Amino acid sequence: MTVRETIIGEIQSVAANQGKTLAPLTDGLPLLESGLDSLCIAIIVAVLDDKLGIDPFSGATEAPFPVTLSDFIALYEAKSV
Amino acid sequence: MTSSLCTRQNLSDRKSLWDLVAAAGLPARRIIADADGSVELAKLDGGTTLDIHPDACRDASVLILAKQQKSAALAALELDGIARRIILCPPDLAPSHLPLVIADAQAQLALTDHASPQSSTLPLHKCGLSVSRIRQTHNRNTRTEWVLFTSGTTGRPKMLVHTLETLTGPIDDGLRVAHDAVWSTFYDIRRYGGLQILLRALVGGGAMILSEPSEAVAAFLTRAGEYGVTHISGTPSHWRRALMSDAANRMNPAYVRLSGEVVDQAILNALRQAYPKADIAHAYASTEAGVAFDVRDGRAGFPASLIGDPHAKAQMRIQDGSLWIKSTRIAEGYAGNSTTLAGEDGFVDTGDMVVLDGDRYYFVGRRQGIINVGGQKVHPEEVEAIINQHPGVQMCLVKARPSPITGAIVVADIVVKPGLHFESIQPEIIDHCRAALPAHKIPALMRPVSSLDVGVAGKINRNA
Repeated sequence: MTVRETIIGEIQSVAANQGKTLAPLTDGLPLLESGLDSLCIAIIVAVLDDKLGIDPFSGATEAPFPVTLSDFIALYEAKSV
Repeated sequence: MTSSLCTRQNLSDRKSLWDLVAAAGLPARRIIADADGSVELAKLDGGTTLDIHPDACRDASVLILAKQQKSAALAALELDGIARRIILCPPDLAPSHLPLVIADAQAQLALTDHASPQSSTLPLHKCGLSVSRIRQTHNRNTRTEWVLFTSGTTGRPKMLVHTLETLTGPIDDGLRVAHDAVWSTFYDIRRYGGLQILLRALVGGGAMILSEPSEAVAAFLTRAGEYGVTHISGTPSHWRRALMSDAANRMNPAYVRLSGEVVDQAILNALRQAYPKADIAHAYASTEAGVAFDVRDGRAGFPASLIGDPHAKAQMRIQDGSLWIKSTRIAEGYAGNSTTLAGEDGFVDTGDMVVLDGDRYYFVGRRQGIINVGGQKVHPEEVEAIINQHPGVQMCLVKARPSPITGAIVVADIVVKPGLHFESIQPEIIDHCRAALPAHKIPALMRPVSSLDVGVAGKINRNA
């Protein structure tokens, strides 16, 4: 499974668990309009840390703020190669 | 004799919130606005948003049970100095807790802006109406108590009794604010952090733009930009969410404030980058002890020099690793509970643990293990009790896992009874939690463990 597939799968699974309705997951979709709240995103980031061993958000002094779904996926793809 | 004279004099000298608002001037730019529209403060001069004359609430304990923050803010403004108590119910107050709240706070009447309010045994009146003209209220000398709820605690709601004096104490913190400031906050103004901002707007001559829970982040940020918001506050989680919106640049604040959660260097740096012209400050406060200090040097933690300064408005000391505070901003006590907040020497234990690193102290969590999920507190014991109700669970440990998004999330280690498989009962445990707990308290991740460390006192070792 690619990093992208893993991420999309986790987004769908967390949304379902949290009872959220997802917007169609296109690359340009703004994350905050995806139907995911902060708690969902926090859970997805924790699960991806466990599954992929990547947490692009936990820098000591710098943290990225992805706006769109493709920004979010790119953070993981950049760290997985 | 002397003391009663003194009391009487203090009463007649007391400035009510409305007195302070009016003294700061009432030009048309002074509004309280939400997504539905705005109310000019000048209209309240001989006007009301209630369906009764504010004088009808004289010396009464008034429950403000509003859906809209704006209704609650205006009602509180109208009733300070008139009512005996203003009980500011938070939006997430469970209906099942209402009878306890009414009893503990000795509420006598309720104000609401709902068409169909939660069942209340109290006489019910409306707030949040469009302003109607009334005869002017002259006597606002009552030392009104403001009853606030602590954030997201378990079981019986904890209500703290403040006054306008304890609540506005922190405003005198040397922050220079233009008289035409436009304030806003991601907080609900019925929470201590949000109320601080509302009071700064009202007392300081500014306007107040309220957020709306149902509003998308981008819509709120756009609205804040349109109103020209200059001063805005939120938790680190609020700000992380704001910075993930492409509308973050639609506002251009002069002052950005963080509070309510531990502030890390990454969010400070990100805000500095997003708002290069803004002063960025992070404040430490609790509903119990009020604002202790704010830090304006752009660095996480706080200078060790703040500890033990006898001239500070809020005195602080470190005892057994936690921060203790003494100031005139501390709540006067709990409603319906005679437990005192401060010890004999006037210091309150915040329960927030700190460590010294170089010349700064850093917050490292709560003593009792309370988990802070995006500003909402979770008691692990409450969640454990729910999980332990499942017949297949032997025992469990609920704890925090650090999160770069919400500060922490709730996770659980679960021991299942012999002969059972965790995977087969996990969906039932999750369903059970969902039925009993709000989303932020439900363990986001659960994992099976073969045992948990139990200490000599028979309690689970939380630090294992």
